[in-house]
Amino acid sequence: MERGDTERIEITISSRFENIELVQVIAEHLCENAGVDEDGSHWIGMAVREAVANAIKHGNKLDVRKKVNATFELQGFELEITISDEGAGFDPEKVSDPLNPQNLMKTSGRGIFYMKTFMDQVHYSFHPDGGTSLVMTKNLAKGSGIASTKA
Amino acid sequence: MKATTRTVDDVEIIGLEGKITIGAGDTQLREVITNAVNSGKQKILLDMSKVTTIDSSGIGELVGSYTTVTNRGGKLKLLHLPAKLNELLHVTQLITVFEVYENEREAVGSF
Repeated sequence: MERGDTERIEITISSRFENIELVQVIAEHLCENAGVDEDGSHWIGMAVREAVANAIKHGNKLDVRKKVNATFELQGFELEITISDEGAGFDPEKVSDPLNPQNLMKTSGRGIFYMKTFMDQVHYSFHPDGGTSLVMTKNLAKGSGIASTKA
Repeated sequence: MKATTRTVDDVEIIGLEGKITIGAGDTQLREVITNAVNSGKQKILLDMSKVTTIDSSGIGELVGSYTTVTNRGGKLKLLHLPAKLNELLHVTQLITVFEVYENEREAVGSF
């Protein structure tokens, strides 16, 4: 697979759950167009879904007046996805580990874990004036599908 | 999400169809299970074959459903897991929690 193209797609949505799929579909199509197989595209789309859902629910507290911005930048085989919300942020260190036996039967807390499973890197930044940005990266040439990701 | 129910040998088989995702299906799943338990159903088999999409919220509701049924003295098991859902349960080690079947007769007989 050869890729010398660059691609940039940006979308801003209001904080409604029904808008999550719009962003997920963009991610999947971008991956498919880059030659990623269906499984690989699906898992990247799932990471995006989880990120946007968190931005809507935890970041923007379901306030439909607040926006979630998603930016997709593909340079060669490096895909960088940025999901930004208008929330106050959180402490990533305080997110519980869903693999801890004490947390296994919890009904929430797996979203960030899935993002980290399906993407190469996941990094949060919190803006002094408010707002949180999540940056996820994936090298599309390094194999796709969940078997090739770290669990 | 749509849910259809039928009974086989006093096992309530609930067929789920569509999405079990945040804001679309997750709370519906909770309602379906709550209704079944409140109706006295102790043996519940979720047929997942027509589930098209599930996210972490949907997974959470599956876990919650299992807890709800178990706390009421019942059993909840899964049938016909789609491959991607199977992988989601594996990476979070939830596959060790649920009994999963590919054959309905075998699943019904396991209760």
